[in-house]
Amino acid sequence: MNLLSHSVLAAGLPMAEEGGHAPVVAPDMGAGGVFDLLWLVIALPALGAVLLLGVAPFLPTSLRAAADKHGHLLGTAMAALSFVLSLVLFFALLGRDAESRQVGQHLWTWFETGSLTVGMDLLYDQLSALFLLLITGVGSLIHLYAIGYMEHDPRRRRFFGYLNLFVAAMLVLVMSANFVGLFLGWEGVGLASYLLIGFWQHKPSAAAAAKKAFVINRVGDIGLSLAIALMFATFGTADFGGVSELAGEASQSTLNALGLLLLLGACGKSAQVPLQAWLLDAMEGPTPVSALIHAATMVTAGVYLVVRSNFIYDLTPVAQTAVVVVATVTLLWGAILGCAKDDIKKALAGSTMSQIGYMMLAAGLGPVGYPFAIFHLLTHGFFKANMFLGAGSVMHGMNDDVDMRHYGALRKAMPVTFLTFAMGYLAIIGFPGFSGFWSKDRIIETALADNLLVGVLALVGAGITGFYMTRLMLMTFFTSKRWEPDVHPHESPKVMTVPLIVLAALSVLGGILLFNDWIVTWLEPVTGQVEHHEPPLPALVITLIITAVVALGVAAAWFLVGRREVPREAPQDVSFATRAARADLYGDAINDAVVVRPGAELVGGLTTFDRVGVDGAVEGGSAAVAGLSTTMRRVQNGFVRSYALSLLGGALLVVLALLAVNLG
Amino acid sequence: MTQYIVLSAILFTIGCVGVLTRRNAIVVFMCIELMLNACNLAFVAFARQHGNLDGQITAFFVMVVAAAEVVIGLAIIMTIFRTRRSASVDDASLLKY
Amino acid sequence: MTFWILAPIMVAAALGILFVRKAVHAALLLAVVMISLAFLYAVLDAPFLFAVQIIVYTGAILMLFLFVMMLIGVDATDSVVETIRGQRVMAVVLGLLFGVVLVLGISQVTLGAVVGLDEANAGGNVPAIANILFSRYVFAFEATSALLITAALGAMVLAHRERLTPRSTQADLAAQRLRDYAEHGKHLGPLPSPGVYARHNAVDTPALLPDGTAAESSVSRVLAARGTVRSAPALADDIDDVRRQIGDPATMPETSGKAGAPATTEEDVEKGVDK
Repeated sequence: MNLLSHSVLAAGLPMAEEGGHAPVVAPDMGAGGVFDLLWLVIALPALGAVLLLGVAPFLPTSLRAAADKHGHLLGTAMAALSFVLSLVLFFALLGRDAESRQVGQHLWTWFETGSLTVGMDLLYDQLSALFLLLITGVGSLIHLYAIGYMEHDPRRRRFFGYLNLFVAAMLVLVMSANFVGLFLGWEGVGLASYLLIGFWQHKPSAAAAAKKAFVINRVGDIGLSLAIALMFATFGTADFGGVSELAGEASQSTLNALGLLLLLGACGKSAQVPLQAWLLDAMEGPTPVSALIHAATMVTAGVYLVVRSNFIYDLTPVAQTAVVVVATVTLLWGAILGCAKDDIKKALAGSTMSQIGYMMLAAGLGPVGYPFAIFHLLTHGFFKANMFLGAGSVMHGMNDDVDMRHYGALRKAMPVTFLTFAMGYLAIIGFPGFSGFWSKDRIIETALADNLLVGVLALVGAGITGFYMTRLMLMTFFTSKRWEPDVHPHESPKVMTVPLIVLAALSVLGGILLFNDWIVTWLEPVTGQVEHHEPPLPALVITLIITAVVALGVAAAWFLVGRREVPREAPQDVSFATRAARADLYGDAINDAVVVRPGAELVGGLTTFDRVGVDGAVEGGSAAVAGLSTTMRRVQNGFVRSYALSLLGGALLVVLALLAVNLG
Repeated sequence: MTQYIVLSAILFTIGCVGVLTRRNAIVVFMCIELMLNACNLAFVAFARQHGNLDGQITAFFVMVVAAAEVVIGLAIIMTIFRTRRSASVDDASLLKY
Repeated sequence: MTFWILAPIMVAAALGILFVRKAVHAALLLAVVMISLAFLYAVLDAPFLFAVQIIVYTGAILMLFLFVMMLIGVDATDSVVETIRGQRVMAVVLGLLFGVVLVLGISQVTLGAVVGLDEANAGGNVPAIANILFSRYVFAFEATSALLITAALGAMVLAHRERLTPRSTQADLAAQRLRDYAEHGKHLGPLPSPGVYARHNAVDTPALLPDGTAAESSVSRVLAARGTVRSAPALADDIDDVRRQIGDPATMPETSGKAGAPATTEEDVEKGVDK
């Protein structure tokens, strides 16, 4: 595509690349060897969850006390074992030929109705392998971190049970070989997310946030479940293999519907506009939860879904366009939110939303973008988990205060946290050489090659990212002390800083995945091969432009935040844009106005109609009949002669009628 | 011939009013018999009017059925009287609203 | 002619049924109506029905009415007060309206020439009726017989009263009598017979106890209720009167000394007997 045909003003947005059908998913079910242990990857954390949640509460008191005391070790061990197994599996996969790196395992037939058979099948391919490493690896680190973070929480055993449950569900999500199993994991992570957001259920805000996340996710789940039902109706199967084989035969409108329904599901889980409102509130959960679920893994499930469904999206340009539009809006939306939030976790959450927007954008660009979506997903998993954990470490030292206006000059008090956080910071803004640099750069480059408008907007987003992340960095670790009087910042214990260091290292080095285009080649059998389009400008120029824009954002933050005194209270005389960003760009207000209030009024109206109209008619009718009967029953006075009198009256009428007819 | 029919009508009406106003069950019964007899008169009169014996046959049947009815009716009255010590039709008025 | 004599009688008798208070009188008035009706049947060339009307209606059905009346009390009268509000007024109004409409309606009809039954009754009324009854109406006739049998059975079932206690034997009765004597002191033997005197023998005169008082239990209760019991001393006085009238100076009556002895109650009498 050249620049002329796609001017900035052009209404047409990026379309799917023609040709290059997605590869059919056909796993080798009898790989044998270590691949027979695929189920164990899921079973280990699931066992941990069962033991910690299902068995421990019913143990005798003394054993239960022991479980409460040491349960977190079991949970962490399970996650770590799962990670080790994932590593083994990964290397086993590396050892196979590039053509046979799709293995599967049939566990049992889940259900069978008529011609429909859904098996509990596992799929382990290049995509799943990367996710397995991310989920179990980052998951283990976060388990480790949570040992320190949740040390004083009386319900730590339960917390680790939930974490294990989440890991198991997430593994089911990424390892299932059909959409039904994926949906099972999808709902499982939704449940775990709900339980963990509301973990501190004594806080009404946490309970409300959990409920909000759950309800909004249900909206997305409707899309996913409808998509699965449509697959059953159209293809008679929901296996990745079956659907990818038959997708080409379906009508265009069916494919469009499938793509849009799957996108709806992805929007719910990945907090994309218009189902984005729950993510910022979800920060009510403990920080390890924010890091694991609401930054590194679960929220990226939408990206996984789109990439996994590439055999559908490649055939439906309409849905792809929708993905791109949603992603572009979200990446800007999240970035703008990040600029205005004073709550460190909410600023990071806005950033998460924005970064997932980048991933979705890449996923929406088709086969050319899928590897970069996954690549950015991985690097983001590293550096965002790193920064969330760093934020948790900061909060740990600041008596759980989350307001950045009460921070400042913490780099000396928490050197390890500061350094690791800085690695994450440099990675996310795309400092040359850091992991984020490689991944984001490639996404913007691809977007620019595909459509100038989207590319430019993504570029602007990168600039805003530079601004808000620098603002966060400055407000937290630089500028003057604005601490609360009784706060004595201190470095966190080893158990928390070690994961930080590991993640920081990954943030720095994550870029090596792109060395020699390894990840592109690696994922090619899954995502399909496509020749690259030449970007409108040479890649080096684009990289320079991106870096310049980011530097612009950083500089703006330096002049607006770093050079001035940061007020301890958020100033109220601010521009409309700031007020809007502080109010989540009125996301809740929009939801209220568009869905909640009309819904409530509709229900109220229906209730009123039911009460007044239907009930009134029914009850009024019956009351009228009852009243009439009360009066009329007096006629039934029990006297035979009275009845005979009415008989005579009737006979008289009959005679009169006869006379009237015959004589009149 | 009209006078027979008019007489029949008058007797029937008197029977009607009797049924409606008298309370002694036996008298009520008598009034019913009066009404039946009035009908019989009309039947017999019409038989002669039309030169046809069917009317008389019908009157005969009416008498037979009336006999059966009286037997049963009086037995019922007696049974009621035995239990309620009353022959008033107004006393048997429990079956009401 | 017969009609114009009988019709007013019938209407008057029928109206009488409405107004008389005693059921017996109503039955008698109904008999008048029915017999008159029988005569009208005769006039209307229906001799068979004339006979049946007399025999079945007047003879059997009306007798049945009287019989039941006797069973449930002859002297039961209707109260004049109407209990159901508006019933009498409405009955009269509706009845009058009904009658007027019927009469007016009938008078509007022109019946045409009377055919008469001379032809139909040529071989005699009864054979003619029998001819029709056992040919065209035979099914109805048989059904009527079934109805009559059912009615007879029904009447028996309704009138039947189940015996609730075992029938008592002579021995039971004797034992009961002795028990009554033992517990209540009830007299064991038969009641005393009425007074029997040399000069007078009647069931309306009580026997005299050894102390000269009258034994009330010796006279039937029915006579006592009617108040026609005579007293023995009064009877003696009567004899003296008679004797005085026929002028027999012989002696003073020996029973006069006991005159004026007060009548005693039955209990006193029985106590006396016990002593």
